[in-house]
Amino acid sequence: MTDTHYDRAPGDASALPDVEQGTSSGVLVYTIGLALAVTLTAMSFWVANTSLLWAGGVSLGLTVLAIAQMGVHLVFFLHVTTGPDNTNNVMGLAFGVLIVALVVVGSLLIMADLNDNMMPAADLMNLQMQH
Amino acid sequence: MNIIVAVDDEVRHEARPSAVEAGPATKRIVVGYGFWIFLLSDIVMFAAIFAAYAVLIHATAGGPGGLQLFNQRSVAIETGCLLASSYTCGLMSLAISSRRYAVTYLAALIIFVLGAAFLALEVREFAGMIAVGAGPQRSAFLSAFFMLVGCHGLHVTAGLVWLAVMMAQVAIKGFRATVERRLLCFSLFWHALDIVWVWLFTVVYLMGVLS
Repeated sequence: MTDTHYDRAPGDASALPDVEQGTSSGVLVYTIGLALAVTLTAMSFWVANTSLLWAGGVSLGLTVLAIAQMGVHLVFFLHVTTGPDNTNNVMGLAFGVLIVALVVVGSLLIMADLNDNMMPAADLMNLQMQH
Repeated sequence: MNIIVAVDDEVRHEARPSAVEAGPATKRIVVGYGFWIFLLSDIVMFAAIFAAYAVLIHATAGGPGGLQLFNQRSVAIETGCLLASSYTCGLMSLAISSRRYAVTYLAALIIFVLGAAFLALEVREFAGMIAVGAGPQRSAFLSAFFMLVGCHGLHVTAGLVWLAVMMAQVAIKGFRATVERRLLCFSLFWHALDIVWVWLFTVVYLMGVLS
């Protein structure tokens, strides 16, 4: 029976009888997620405070760590998978991520551009930035 | 084909009927999906506030910036509280699906205490900032900061109230289908808040103290 079937509610672990998960394996999934999340968080705090890394790359590194941790939360805590019963959840999520990226990247780009183009003198720019 | 496969097939067929013969999806799926959409729209709202913060991050108007104001130790503890409560929330949903009242109450209590500890730390941080004259009216940067972090804090507060209400419902009504659906939505909400916090501590507190 691999034809059309029900979706899975977001946040629900797999409910198929053939891969029925006992409580202990459910606990294992959450514990792996917690361990990964703690590791990534600790790495973020280390990256932000260390002087061993090239300072210019720290922001990028922090962003990558945050994306990784978001992935860990989605997979281990919210049970988002690539399975066919999860397609609608993933599509919704993908749309949300698209809008978030448009809003954040678009705002930053436009405002940076505005600051570059509209303010001819540096002190005028300071004036604008401080009010 | 042997008997085991046949039986297995039958069981699966029963539990997972095709959409044509099964009709519309169960209410748990519909409710969960609707709440999923709401959470995504909530996160889009957070994205707008994040964008405002990122745009205004240097607009300190001569006032204090993140480097002078943020205390990483307290942020680390707050992060730990939220992460642990998210983990406990996962364990609570396991306890709910296996109908264990005592474990559910215990997990809810731990979630509540950790969430309240998070809020207490945040309120202490806000009060400390306002005490040194770095309130939301000091600069555009601080307005954006209080808006962003405060909005997340309000969400956590709402989550705690919701959790308390849900425990009252479990105590009075037991694990009914409606109560279970609301608990599913609560755990989605709580995990989503943790994802927002991941971006918050990265963008605001960690990137904010980079020179």
